Amino acid sequence: MTEKNAAGPELACAKCQQALVLGKVKASYLGNSFEVDLLRCPGCGFVYVPEALALGKMLQVEQALEDK
Amino acid sequence: MDGQQVKLWESRCIEELPPACTAACPVHLDVRGLADALRKGDLPAAHALLCRFLPFPGIVGHLCEHPCEAPCRRAEAGGAIRINALERAVATHGPAAPTFRRGRAQERKRVAIVGAGLSGLTAAADLVVKGHEVVVFEVGPQLLGRLRDDPRLPAAALEADLARFENTGVEFRCNEESDGAALAEQFDAVYLGTGPATSPIAIDPLTLATAHPKVFAGGSLRYGAPYSVIASLADGRHAALSIERMLQGASLTANRDNQGSQPSRLYVNLARHASMPPVAPADVSTGYTQDEARAEAARCFPCHCLECVQVCRYLEHYQGYPKRYIREIYNNETIVMGARKSNRMIDSCTLCGLCAEVCPEDLGMGEVCLSAREGMIAKGKMPVSHHDFALRDLAFSRSDAFTLARHQPGHDASALLFYPGCQLAASSPDHVARIYAHLCARVPGGVGLMLGCCGAPAHWAARNDLFAETRAEFRAEWQRLGKPPVVTACSSCYRMFADHSPDLPVESLWTLLERIGLPDSIGVPSRLTIHDPCTTRHEHDIHASVRRIAAQCGATVAELDGAERTTCCGFGGLAQFANREVADKIVDRRIGQDESDTLTYCAMCRDNFARRGKHAVHILDLLYPGGDAAARPDPGFSARQENRGRLKRQLQRDLWREEMNEPVADIELEISPEVHADLERKLILQDDLRQVIRHAESTGEKLLDKRTGRFIACHRPVRVTYWVEYTVENGRHVVHCAYSHRMDLETKP
Ligand code: SF4
Ligand code: SF4
Ligand SMILES: [Zn+2]
Repeated sequence: MTEKNAAGPELACAKCQQALVLGKVKASYLGNSFEVDLLRCPGCGFVYVPEALALGKMLQVEQALEDK
Repeated sequence: MDGQQVKLWESRCIEELPPACTAACPVHLDVRGLADALRKGDLPAAHALLCRFLPFPGIVGHLCEHPCEAPCRRAEAGGAIRINALERAVATHGPAAPTFRRGRAQERKRVAIVGAGLSGLTAAADLVVKGHEVVVFEVGPQLLGRLRDDPRLPAAALEADLARFENTGVEFRCNEESDGAALAEQFDAVYLGTGPATSPIAIDPLTLATAHPKVFAGGSLRYGAPYSVIASLADGRHAALSIERMLQGASLTANRDNQGSQPSRLYVNLARHASMPPVAPADVSTGYTQDEARAEAARCFPCHCLECVQVCRYLEHYQGYPKRYIREIYNNETIVMGARKSNRMIDSCTLCGLCAEVCPEDLGMGEVCLSAREGMIAKGKMPVSHHDFALRDLAFSRSDAFTLARHQPGHDASALLFYPGCQLAASSPDHVARIYAHLCARVPGGVGLMLGCCGAPAHWAARNDLFAETRAEFRAEWQRLGKPPVVTACSSCYRMFADHSPDLPVESLWTLLERIGLPDSIGVPSRLTIHDPCTTRHEHDIHASVRRIAAQCGATVAELDGAERTTCCGFGGLAQFANREVADKIVDRRIGQDESDTLTYCAMCRDNFARRGKHAVHILDLLYPGGDAAARPDPGFSARQENRGRLKRQLQRDLWREEMNEPVADIELEISPEVHADLERKLILQDDLRQVIRHAESTGEKLLDKRTGRFIACHRPVRVTYWVEYTVENGRHVVHCAYSHRMDLETKP
């Protein structure tokens, strides 16, 4: 799950007033965890999950783990 | 799941049984396959199939007594398929039959065949294919001497069949006297196929074994007169099988139950097939042309049961049939490593019972799927996402926001307890209030009221723990109210009470209304088609009452397939939560069955029909006419919860004179119809959106998208992270889109 979103600089954390940058994020579900590259706020760590990812690849992984 | 039970279920689905033709054919030729290839104009495939089943396709094609045709089910719809004529056409127009492929046996044995008739040569062919050395002894001058005089069999056809022995190494010794007992000394096995016997010997009819362990015998020597081409050929085949087993030291008798001509239990619904006469060949002497054969083959239905698959979009969706599904479901449960691929299939059944209704063997997939769900729960393997939303909705209905249990105002006892159910309250709270008032006015002794959920969602999700808790809560309140008989407005509640609380007297509101009389409202003449909820499939009294009530309200009611053949609306079994696509297919077929507006008496059916664009009324819409009830949209999941809460507060206020304030939403939402429909599909409640926005606005944790000017925020109350894109306009929060995921992401700087 890599989010190569060009939107990085267009998205800003409203709290920290900083543009999001791509970074490694730990994702976990049902006791399984892995690292993913996602846009996040360098200040507070707020991680952005775009809809296409949530309903696409992420959903697939969730369902695969649920069926394990 | 209990393995024994699974076997029992599996054995009840007859779809894999051979059709009547194949069962009756002594060598069980795949007639359906043959006809299918011909129908498609694929002569090479038809020919290959024929040569696989028959060592001598030309001879059989011309001379077979075709015991397959009499039981052919097409006989009941125009005339049996001329199966033998099709075989003849395939043999005649097809390419030369391939030679027998000499197999490679582990241990090559020597087999003597006495008699070069059809049974002997069939045994020779089958044994050489198995890889053995075969010597054929014939006292006469020629192979197949008897058949050579038959005027129906062209010599070329006979020679073409015999040519299959070329280069197989089978040794033919004509004009040679031989003695079985003596041959048994020199060979590993002997087959006697010498024609009508002078001195009869004892032959086992199943294995064709004789008293001598190495000697087998069959053909007309065994069955006498009249001579039968296919009986002789089948004897040769069955003897070859026994010889092979004897040479391998295997059981001669095991697994031979289906050997030989048999009746078939395969069910065929002839009503589905219009009558069609057989195709007559233009020239009887040459038989069918290829085109004629194709046309005749197209008359083969082909025979299948699939009764349940025809009526259920769920069973159709997974492209199989119950026998196969049951195997898959059992494998799904017992799999040790790897994905449990059938989880969603198991959770997509509506448990509606229609399959059992149409199945000639009364097999119901609902029972199978529910038992599989129980297994998944027990092993902790139930995918949490399938039922999470529905179970949270159940939790709402069990919470103080909705539950209520009271005697009628001014009474301290209840002659009856009215239980409207969570979905009617969610769909038309106003009707609940009105019909309750009517009951109170008509039933002496007080009518208690209980709001809550019967627990059906827990039962369907196989959450027996939750189901038991929900029922216990109900019982505690019911006992407190003096155990009055219960009247339900919802078919699912009725089902749950009737099936799971046998000591609880339960009646449907509709039969009760007929007894106490309808509210005095003016019926508006209407034409409607009735859809009965699947949960009261067999409740004939309820069916009849609803129809009479509708008539009293001025409705002319047309039937679809009758109450017992009704379908589910997709809500049953929580199918619409686990598999929206399948649930929608089910509703869509149902609402497409006719043009007129639908009458139903389940709130969930009505709303699901409405959601898919069908005009539908609930029977209470007839009793309390007003507005364009049939066009009323599906309220949607958020409004369903709000309606329940509002109903409770309204009743507390109006009937029990309590001070109740309507809660004011701190976050005002603005949602377009498109976004609303999208949220419904994604199972996101407006309450979820409010929580996200409340969180974002109070903590400042949100993103700003500079391109769109929208805020993007998220919140994870428990197991699900909800995302909302919104803008704030005039103090209202305009929701542009929302979505969710279950995966948890670590947010640290
Ligand atoms: S109706 Fe369905 S379950 Fe029953 S025998 Fe036929 S295919 Fe099998
Ligand atoms: S209709 Fe076709 S499948 Fe059915 S019995 Fe006749 S030939 Fe066989
Ligand atoms: Zn930040």
